[in-house]
Amino acid sequence: MSSPSKALPAWIDVGVIPLINILLAFFVSGIVILIIGEDPIEAVKIVVYGAFGNDYNIGYTLHYTTNFIFTGLAVAVAFHASLFNIGGEGQAYIGGLGVGLLCLALDQYVPFWIILPLAIAASGLFGAAWAYVPAYLQAYRGSHIVITTIMFNFIAFSLMNYILVNVLIEPGQMSPESRDFLTSAQMPTMQEAVGWFGIEIEKSPLNLSILLALFSCTFVWLFIWHTRWGYAIRMFGFNENAANYSGINTQRLVVGTMCLSGVLAGFVGINEIMGNHNRVMLDFVAGAGFTGIAVALMGRNHPVGIIIASLLFGTLYQGGAELSFEIPTIQGEMVKAIQGLVILFCGALAYMSRPTIERIFTAIVESNGTAKEQTNG
Amino acid sequence: MSVERIKTQGSEAVGGQSAPPPAIELKAISKSFGPVKANQNVDLKVLPGTIHGIIGENGAGKSTLMSILYGFYEADSGEILINGQKKKIHSSRDAISFGIGMVHQHFMLVETFTVLENVMLGAEGAPLLNKSSQSARKELLKLSKEYSLAVDPDAMTGDLPVGLQQRVEILKALYRGAEILILDEPTGVLTPQETDQLFKILDILRSRGVSIILITHKLQEIMAITDRVSVMRAGTMVSERETSETSKNELAELMVGRKVLLEVDKTDANPGEILLEAKNLSYKEDGVTKLDNVSLTLRAGEIVGIAGVSGNGQTELLAALSGICPLQSGSIDIGSTQITPKNHKNPKEFRELSVGHVPEDRHRMGMVTAFTAQETAIMGFHEDPAYNGKILMNNKAVQEHCTRLMQDYDVRPEDPKLKSANFSGGNQQKLVLAREMDRRPEVLLVGQPTRGVDIGAIEFIHKNLIAMRDAGSAILVVSVELEEIMSLSDRILVMFEGRIVGEVSGKEADARQLGLLMGNAGTQSTGSEQQNNNNTTHSEEIPA
Repeated sequence: MSSPSKALPAWIDVGVIPLINILLAFFVSGIVILIIGEDPIEAVKIVVYGAFGNDYNIGYTLHYTTNFIFTGLAVAVAFHASLFNIGGEGQAYIGGLGVGLLCLALDQYVPFWIILPLAIAASGLFGAAWAYVPAYLQAYRGSHIVITTIMFNFIAFSLMNYILVNVLIEPGQMSPESRDFLTSAQMPTMQEAVGWFGIEIEKSPLNLSILLALFSCTFVWLFIWHTRWGYAIRMFGFNENAANYSGINTQRLVVGTMCLSGVLAGFVGINEIMGNHNRVMLDFVAGAGFTGIAVALMGRNHPVGIIIASLLFGTLYQGGAELSFEIPTIQGEMVKAIQGLVILFCGALAYMSRPTIERIFTAIVESNGTAKEQTNG
Repeated sequence: MSVERIKTQGSEAVGGQSAPPPAIELKAISKSFGPVKANQNVDLKVLPGTIHGIIGENGAGKSTLMSILYGFYEADSGEILINGQKKKIHSSRDAISFGIGMVHQHFMLVETFTVLENVMLGAEGAPLLNKSSQSARKELLKLSKEYSLAVDPDAMTGDLPVGLQQRVEILKALYRGAEILILDEPTGVLTPQETDQLFKILDILRSRGVSIILITHKLQEIMAITDRVSVMRAGTMVSERETSETSKNELAELMVGRKVLLEVDKTDANPGEILLEAKNLSYKEDGVTKLDNVSLTLRAGEIVGIAGVSGNGQTELLAALSGICPLQSGSIDIGSTQITPKNHKNPKEFRELSVGHVPEDRHRMGMVTAFTAQETAIMGFHEDPAYNGKILMNNKAVQEHCTRLMQDYDVRPEDPKLKSANFSGGNQQKLVLAREMDRRPEVLLVGQPTRGVDIGAIEFIHKNLIAMRDAGSAILVVSVELEEIMSLSDRILVMFEGRIVGEVSGKEADARQLGLLMGNAGTQSTGSEQQNNNNTTHSEEIPA
């Protein structure tokens, strides 16, 4: 039978509604900034300049964007199998450990072009391993993946603390960090890379990992929508009974999907450890794993959406940092609150505005329809 | 069908001299959902104290019309008159206050509440339950007596048989002062005996002056109980008939808009070798026995029907025979392969053994509504090399396959890229059947072949099943539509509480006998009472 709620055209669903949600978030943020006695318009200017004002700022923005693409894809892939991977943070952290161990072990012996593929493999493998245990427990023991991945985040934090403080710390150092990698284990920065073509930009953390991020987007798009494995994942995600009926081994599917998710999250390690810090250190993921959830939600689990959403969050991170620097009364916590508002409106309340927009859209279509009928009649 | 014609004095009031205003009159009701015109200029007149049937295919607009009457939707234009007075119905609360009650197809009951609590729910009347429950109990007993709707007020609703739960729904409506009762597909979940019971209740209600609107797609029910019948097609009211002056064939033709074949046209079966033999299948879920020592054989060139009230093990039987549920005990022989609890095969391997399976509930299992039609068309076969390159899927091959299926099985619209959810029930079912039948499996398991499917498509599906039988496949049909089982099957097995309690040859089967088997001993007393259901003594007994 006909139902009163109907599908909206795609451009409204993926275009207009997210835009309205972001504007709502900014509107409320503006009110908050007004309340503490600052000028919201000025704040917006600072955020935009801070994120895009010069190549140095853009470099930072894109560096954060790269992280969010990896973690957003990780969440999205799991989401297609209707698995909620909250463990991106821990998987990225452990992925970075993998990269670090590999680089520390090999950077004295082999050149960059050998280290790079091995490091990518190590980050993926370590990330996947960290996702494997919760996945196994979900598939074969029925422990809920949300709970286990959260717990694995905490385990990852403790494990890294232990390893850095007791194993990897540079002798004679106070801060729990490993020694710096040699240049053979350093991902070329974007400054170096475009320098090969004679272009000069300022040095920023932006490095060639962004290409890996874009490649991952293409891969995920092909994998989810153009392979039989992606087909099985989507079927399982939409309808578990249908997947059983089709003879899909759902337990293996859960484990496989989560491992792929872990691989993608683990790639954050390439961007941060190999591309930015060039040493293993504490807390380099800095919440990117959690932001990935919002990114995937906003990006509708589609690589193109994820790139756009990552860019938005990259802007907020970098511009927000500038904001708290330029206007001291807007502290870091306030910037976090604004980011939180964006997540709230675009993630948790993503469908809040939908009924209203649906009504408006229907009204417009119907008034057009009757107008046409009248002219026809 | 077991339902016999029940007519009483109630219908004679129709032609009375000083005609009272119609209990309900709808004038030129229109309702659109976007571009879809669900109702266009629909008129309906229901005379007081009559049973008015509304019949139509799925999507004809019956439910929309009733939703407007019950206040779920508001009409875009048109008028509603209740007892001759113009009313605006904005919500179901309005509808209830105007004396309209509705019994939904899927009951709106809290299973963990007692009957009394369910009846009171939402109409408690006072913040403290104690006092209101006392008066509610009194009122409930009074209603039970007045309308011969015996039911224990303190029974736990979830423990009651379906027929009694429905009675609670009716009591709920009456408790709220309903004088006009809308019943939406009320017999879908009932055994033939329970259906007879229901019709007797409706008859009593009619004789007490309640006006009833009966929505159904079952022609024999219209013929059995209604006074007048309105036929809807594609959002419009196409005609209205005095039930005594029409026939099933005429109504079917009006519904579909062309002549339809109601009887399945088939020759005698010519059973050949055994293609599937199940021995002593038992299956327990959470300690509850779902299958109890079931054995059956399927031979080439025959259709075996499984009759039974839903929930008596049919679902589990299909799941076991298609590999969805691993066997717990017993064995299945398919050709030379034996499947035992130790040698389990998954559904994919069952397909490779040439077992096709059309699941009972296509939305739950047979398709993915969010998938495009072409994605649904390869479910279970998505690893077939025909649809795959080395790594990427060959979407073009998938699309071509789906287009061909759509052509061969008349699936409309013929658009492989359309989302599966956007096809009508009949076309969804045809797509699922096409997927399973196209590979010419030796054994085909079909659950509810025509659930939620319109008459035109039913005819098509039945024809195709028979053709497949004649081509030498063994077919197992599970259906809650007894009429369908009887007209399709060469052999009928009846299931009750996970056991096969009887086998009847398709030719000799009659609904009453099957109905008794379906209800097993529990309803035998009710059954014998049915023998003389033309007398209208209102004494009733409640099946325990």
